[in-house]
Amino acid sequence: MSAARLVWHQYRYDQRTFWREPAAVFFTVALPLIFLFIFVSIFGNEPIEAGGKEIAGATYYVPGILALAIVSATTVNLAITMTSLRERGTLKRVRSTPLPPWVFMAGRLLTALAVSVLMVVLVTLIGRLVYGVGLPARTLPGLVLTVFVGTAACCCLGFALTAIIPSENAAPAVTNALVLPLYFFSGIFIPNEDIPRGMQIVGDVFPVKHLFQALLAAFNPLTKGTAIEGVHLLVLAGWGLAGLLVATRTFRWSPHSS
Amino acid sequence: MGTAIAVRDLRKSYGHLEAVRGVDLEVHEGEIFAFLGPNGAGKTTTVEILEGYRQRTSGQVEVLGADPSKSTPAWRSRIGVVLQTCQVWSLLTVRESLELHAGYYPLPRDVDQTMALAGLSDQADQRAGKLSGGQQRRLDVALALIGDPELLFLDEPTTGFDPAARRSAWDVVASLGELGKTVFLTTHYMDEAQHLADRVAIIKDGRIVAQGKPAELAGGDRVTTTIAFRLPGGVGVGELPVEIAGLAVEHGAMDQAGRIQVASRQPVRHLAELCRWALERGVELEGLEALRPTLEDVYLGLTTEPRT
Repeated sequence: MSAARLVWHQYRYDQRTFWREPAAVFFTVALPLIFLFIFVSIFGNEPIEAGGKEIAGATYYVPGILALAIVSATTVNLAITMTSLRERGTLKRVRSTPLPPWVFMAGRLLTALAVSVLMVVLVTLIGRLVYGVGLPARTLPGLVLTVFVGTAACCCLGFALTAIIPSENAAPAVTNALVLPLYFFSGIFIPNEDIPRGMQIVGDVFPVKHLFQALLAAFNPLTKGTAIEGVHLLVLAGWGLAGLLVATRTFRWSPHSS
Repeated sequence: MGTAIAVRDLRKSYGHLEAVRGVDLEVHEGEIFAFLGPNGAGKTTTVEILEGYRQRTSGQVEVLGADPSKSTPAWRSRIGVVLQTCQVWSLLTVRESLELHAGYYPLPRDVDQTMALAGLSDQADQRAGKLSGGQQRRLDVALALIGDPELLFLDEPTTGFDPAARRSAWDVVASLGELGKTVFLTTHYMDEAQHLADRVAIIKDGRIVAQGKPAELAGGDRVTTTIAFRLPGGVGVGELPVEIAGLAVEHGAMDQAGRIQVASRQPVRHLAELCRWALERGVELEGLEALRPTLEDVYLGLTTEPRT
């Protein structure tokens, strides 16, 4: 089998596995939609400041929830499932087969990308049909590029987290302890203007906010041009590379218990 | 007959601890080879070096003509591995798991046929996570077989099985032998090794203490047969024929069932003499038995610390 066909083969079974894990489906697919409903219901009618100008609340929350869904489909989901596969010996088992390790990783990455793309479509459609949030056609290149770069970077961070997390039980706790505060610091739940300055600075350091800001640019009707956000994308890519380095140097296939 | 595994003076240290201290092994193609030893003897370390999971400290290792520490996908497609503790894809069905792994290999076996071989045809569409422990282990074996490997590593394949499941697992392993596969099996069940293996090696404290055919190990020249029986009340050991009485005294204590034990190197002659004596005296020898040592006795003799 050629490498591309092997990746496709692995991806098909990974995709099935994802949809059979109720917890993953709930947290990655259902919960962002619930959050979208909650936040737009509470804050949707107030204008929110974005890029120095005010936009409708709903327009702010659609890309915010999208960022959350992408992080959930990539970093969170990968860290939890890969740790579990490693600690149960499944990864060690796979390592004894002729499957090249990078094909296995690529299959996981494709699965995360497919779920991310699905969430982009779902959230954008709901935003449009239910809340009247439009997506300007001219910003489509920015949106597509951000989704690809963001997904790849956040996947690499998921693999890196897996390398750091010691046990299956620790995985959900560690990932959520990292990601949940970042959603707040990054202005995803509560608009940036209402967040203390210190928290904003913390948010600036981490990739979640940059993912959100790049997505926000695509949905912001005041954006001129293609919404390709060079700085945000570079920060995302930098974090992705750092994650990739940590992952390739420290990733283990055998359980810690052995 | 070619050589599947050749190991010379294999050593592995973890810091100051030397887990494997100069192991020599040779496994022939088409052979079922059992690797025995108590926990912590260096069994798993040795197997994982052979499988390519661990790097050795020193020594020469060749598995299917290649050094496992530099394994390539082509080499991995020729081996199959069943780990001691491993969970298979719990959310995929038996058939899906096998289809997934079949895709990893250049010339996989037929999925249905492999399920049948592992006795899982009835569970084909069940999720692996819902299988019983024994069924999961058989799925694990089926996954190791799906690439049609030349050499199979089975690390304690029946630990935790009930007797019926063990028997059916033995049938699977025996049929692998019939397919011409080389099987490297670790176990701490002696009856399993005796039942399945063409040859065994026993490891203790990182060294091989015995290697050979199970029957040879169990029945070598130095080995004696134990004749056990009970004398009726009022008949003393001193009344037995002189030679037998001497052997009984020499052998010492009674067994757990309170029987006299006679260690004999000429069991036919000694049994005949004992029976003639009993018939002449009109004495019943209750619980009379002649016991050949099992592999287990040899194993316990070699691996248990002598009591001081």
